[in-house]
Amino acid sequence: MKNFAYARAQDADTAVQLITQNQNAKFLSGGTNLVDLMRENIEQPDHLIDVTGLPLAQVEELPGGGVSIGALVRNSHLAANQIIRERYPVLSQAILMGASAQIRNMATTGGNLMQRTRCYYFYDTDARCNKREPGTGCDALEGFNRIHAILGASDDCIATHPSDMCVALAALDATVHVTGTGVERTIPIVEFHRLPEDTPQIDTNLQPDELITSVELPALPFARNSMYRKVRDRASYAFALVSVAAALEVEDGTIKNVRLALGGVAHKPWRATEAEKVLTGAKADEEIFKRAAAEELKAARGYKHNSFKIELAERTIVSVLKTLASEGGAR
Amino acid sequence: MSETNSGGREFADRTVPVILQINGIKHELQLEPRVSLLDALREYVGLTGTKKGCNQGACGACTVLVDNERINSCFALAVQYQDREITTIEGVAHSDQLHALQAAFIECDGFQCGYCTPGQICSAIAMFEEFKQGAPSAVTEHLAETEIEFSEAEIKERMSGNLCRCGAYVGIVEAIREAFDKEAAR
Ligand SMILES: Cc1cc2nc3c(=O)[nH]c(=O)nc-3n(C[C@H](O)[C@H](O)[C@H](O)COP(=O)(O)OP(=O)(O)OC[C@H]3O[C@@H](n4cnc5c(N)ncnc54)[C@H](O)[C@@H]3O)c2cc1C
Ligand code: FES
Ligand code: FES
Repeated sequence: MKNFAYARAQDADTAVQLITQNQNAKFLSGGTNLVDLMRENIEQPDHLIDVTGLPLAQVEELPGGGVSIGALVRNSHLAANQIIRERYPVLSQAILMGASAQIRNMATTGGNLMQRTRCYYFYDTDARCNKREPGTGCDALEGFNRIHAILGASDDCIATHPSDMCVALAALDATVHVTGTGVERTIPIVEFHRLPEDTPQIDTNLQPDELITSVELPALPFARNSMYRKVRDRASYAFALVSVAAALEVEDGTIKNVRLALGGVAHKPWRATEAEKVLTGAKADEEIFKRAAAEELKAARGYKHNSFKIELAERTIVSVLKTLASEGGAR
Repeated sequence: MSETNSGGREFADRTVPVILQINGIKHELQLEPRVSLLDALREYVGLTGTKKGCNQGACGACTVLVDNERINSCFALAVQYQDREITTIEGVAHSDQLHALQAAFIECDGFQCGYCTPGQICSAIAMFEEFKQGAPSAVTEHLAETEIEFSEAEIKERMSGNLCRCGAYVGIVEAIREAFDKEAAR
């Protein structure tokens, strides 16, 4: 690992100031992604600004029934939080299905949002990768692309966003609160991460001088009936091939409210708006679940090794919706 | 060179003073910021009980306790862990009395080569704490409830961050079960 200069910020303003004033600087939180990438020489910052001392480690109930999650709340603490377990079980489950207990103890909300792809070619500095080195090409297109995207990819990049937590946040309509030089703003989660297009080196719409301060969950009473299902090669400690986050409200056999998002399929957590359109107001049965899943995956495109993901995603959507419909508000 | 802990106003590079509190003893070191907690323990403090397996978060051999929580020391920059209480495998026994988990690992053959064992034991110690506090896992059926059954599925899921290349898993799970039952019976 290349050496770097280190500083520890005690408040958000100082952190932003330090990142603005120094060349090639990055924030450091749990380090579980950044330290790894630095060791592989994929990230080579000259300055690291440790933000783990910032007073942003609280989960707080908001007046309107929502919840604010500080950027420095660690993944394990968020998943174990009683409010989250009761009101937003999909979020607890998504986090608990990611990584290991040790990593979840280090990983933070902000770092999880900003984690980079696990594409093998991105990690292999001998391979061509437009995300790592813009303009060099993409070896995944014709390579071993089993874990790659089936939705929203481009000819320049077919990498996926690996986070589980972010898929749950997408289903829950979360907003990301950020602060930059003199400006604070909020970014809806679905607009936080971006599709690769011809600039896959840019993962998110966060500006280089902006710090994530918190994530807000809106009040969403029916999210008590929500869940996360992750399909992967091992039962534990593996990234998703496909995952589904969903919340469902059925009244008198009719779907009153639904939120659906997919993981492991795109460059960003994929909010399944096409499926939601089919489902909302329809009779809650397997036929409509299948139709909705097919509608969402209509735009999907498989590559040599990952076409299986299309059917897998459809089936996982159907199975999750069936479970939520049968359990109703019982959870 | 500037200080590391100067309220975030200055940057430190090259080597910086790093004070670590390890197994109750204060160690004053001079380290480059890029030195991991794992390397600080092994190479600078001489505590080689903590092992380096993958150096990338995949194996858990480097697991240590920080303020009683388990982390992978390979991802931790030592400079980030000042003013924290660090416990390694060398610090889990009480004078010459083994920790209940150490004893159970011996009794149940919870290892073959022993390389993963320090990480397994540190991990299991913290896992007990998490369990006692009612923290759920990915296999916990009723997520909102804090009374969770200490089932084999729970043990396996909660310990999945610790790999054993010798495949001593049967003994490892047995040792954890036994230590847990003993503690529960007390
Ligand atoms: C072996 C292994 C298995 C894993 N498995 C899974 C899995 O199954 N599912 C899953 O979802 N994840 C998984 N992960 C990834 C893990 O969730 C991420 O590494 C973690 O969430 C990153 O958080 P961190 O706090 O450690 O971030 P860091 O590594 O500290 O930082 C990551 C990035 O975020 C930026 N950053 C951090 N905080 C802020 C902030 N407040 N504002 C702006 N930018 C910020 C940093 O500059 C850096 O670019 C795995 C990781 C490993 C190593
Ligand atoms: S050495 Fe840290 S997890 Fe393998
Ligand atoms: S005992 Fe050899 S690696 Fe676990």
